[in-house]
Amino acid sequence: MSYMNSVPRAWRERVTKYRLIGGRCKSCGKVFYPYRSFCPRCGSSDVEKIELPKRGKIKYFTVVRSAPAEFKKYEPYIVALVELENGAVVPAQITDAEPEELREGMPVEGVLRRYREQGEDGIIEYGIKFRPVVGEE
Amino acid sequence: MGKVVLAGIGATPIGEHWEKSLRDLMVEAALKALEDAGVEKNVVEAIFVGNMSSGYLQGQEHIGSLLATWLGIPGVAACKVEAACASGGAAFHNAFTAVKSGVYDCALALGVEKMTDAPTEYVTSALIMADDQEYTAFAGFSFVALNALVYKAYMEKYGARQEDIALFAVHDHEHAVHNPLAQYRRAVTLDAVLSSPLVADPIHLLECAPTGDGAAAALICSEEKARELGLTPEVEVAASTLATDVLSLHDRDDLTTLQATVRAAKKAYRMAGIGPEDVDIVELHDAFTILGVIHLEDLGFAKKGEGWKLVKEGEIEPGGKIPANLMGGLKARGHPVGATGLYEIYDVATQLLGRAGKNQVEGAEIGLAQNVGGVGGTVAVTILRRMR
Repeated sequence: MSYMNSVPRAWRERVTKYRLIGGRCKSCGKVFYPYRSFCPRCGSSDVEKIELPKRGKIKYFTVVRSAPAEFKKYEPYIVALVELENGAVVPAQITDAEPEELREGMPVEGVLRRYREQGEDGIIEYGIKFRPVVGEE
Repeated sequence: MGKVVLAGIGATPIGEHWEKSLRDLMVEAALKALEDAGVEKNVVEAIFVGNMSSGYLQGQEHIGSLLATWLGIPGVAACKVEAACASGGAAFHNAFTAVKSGVYDCALALGVEKMTDAPTEYVTSALIMADDQEYTAFAGFSFVALNALVYKAYMEKYGARQEDIALFAVHDHEHAVHNPLAQYRRAVTLDAVLSSPLVADPIHLLECAPTGDGAAAALICSEEKARELGLTPEVEVAASTLATDVLSLHDRDDLTTLQATVRAAKKAYRMAGIGPEDVDIVELHDAFTILGVIHLEDLGFAKKGEGWKLVKEGEIEPGGKIPANLMGGLKARGHPVGATGLYEIYDVATQLLGRAGKNQVEGAEIGLAQNVGGVGGTVAVTILRRMR
């Protein structure tokens, strides 16, 4: 798909996506992902750029059974809102688990994984997925 | 400033229009609206076309000029307006502000979407563009998946049951039977809804609005211009508002309220000088059953967490507290995304004009249409009032 086939587009996101760079609003306290100059809750510009923790819990998850074209070959797969230890919420896939093994509130940890490819000959886009933390139930 | 009136409405049936192109649908709806108004096309001074995905699904942008060209009125002001599934409502809002301000006397708001040109997975790709491509679509979310999380959050927070929420789909189908423009003119049972395949847990296929093709249009004029043209306007645009919320769910503190609805509705009620208790009929943007329930609350018809009770207790039927989606809603009338906002306005006007046939609510004076883009990143609210 033409809209995805861009090397610089993936390249410029590498630090934010590989390290989970977010923001903390010094005005209202909201912690968020990804980083941006203004707080999404209160609009303040008093935002500190921070690296987010890689551990958290599943807030809500669902199973994608009818996927967008670039993810079609992976269906069914699990996507979730993951709440990190400092309260930031990240949209991400859950990996290394079957849907029936998961529940909301389950502890998870981030791992670097493949998300999507820019066509057969294009680059591969990576990012953080989350997997259940073994033995921390 | 004088009143803005609805001079005419027009719409194509919603369905799989294999023989019709994007431009065919636009032209058909525009001509029907002009015919309904009883005016010539040269009265149109400006066109606002609501559309979400023509660039992706047809490889066609610049459809304002395209429509002016194929309608044979090149020279008018025209442009596309995009706000995902709220494109139609946003186009109407642009037309309303254009006429209300006095810049134009007569404007055409039109919504169009041609979804069946592409296979399902490409439509799914197009729809998730309503959210954040770089972070949400990147992670593989489908648009249904986002709404599945809203569904789960709602059931968890309020203890509501899926069999009550899913009744919204049954309601929509029951009324679509009597709407000649509806995509699915047949009733479904709750059992059929809940036993249909899962699309994104817990959302079943029959809880989702279908994909389809369609275009709908509304011709609006200043009251003065309408009278100058010899028309007798019957419906006034009492309010048209637009509001936003943060684009994505992961930025929200509460997934169960669409703040953009609350904001747009508050502005609209103030503009029209009414409250929710004055609304006789409503068209809600129920792209998924859970949204219909949430919208009833966010528009002020039910307390938070209790919208499903209105559905279960028959309060959204004719004769109930707030008759809703009486022409089939998004679920059964259909949801050609960029056109939906105009179909909702068409359906509200159909009721106020007394043209709704077996779905008619007798004496309906005030109707509200709510059109949602993305998971509530944008909401348009329109209030129409019968002129006495």
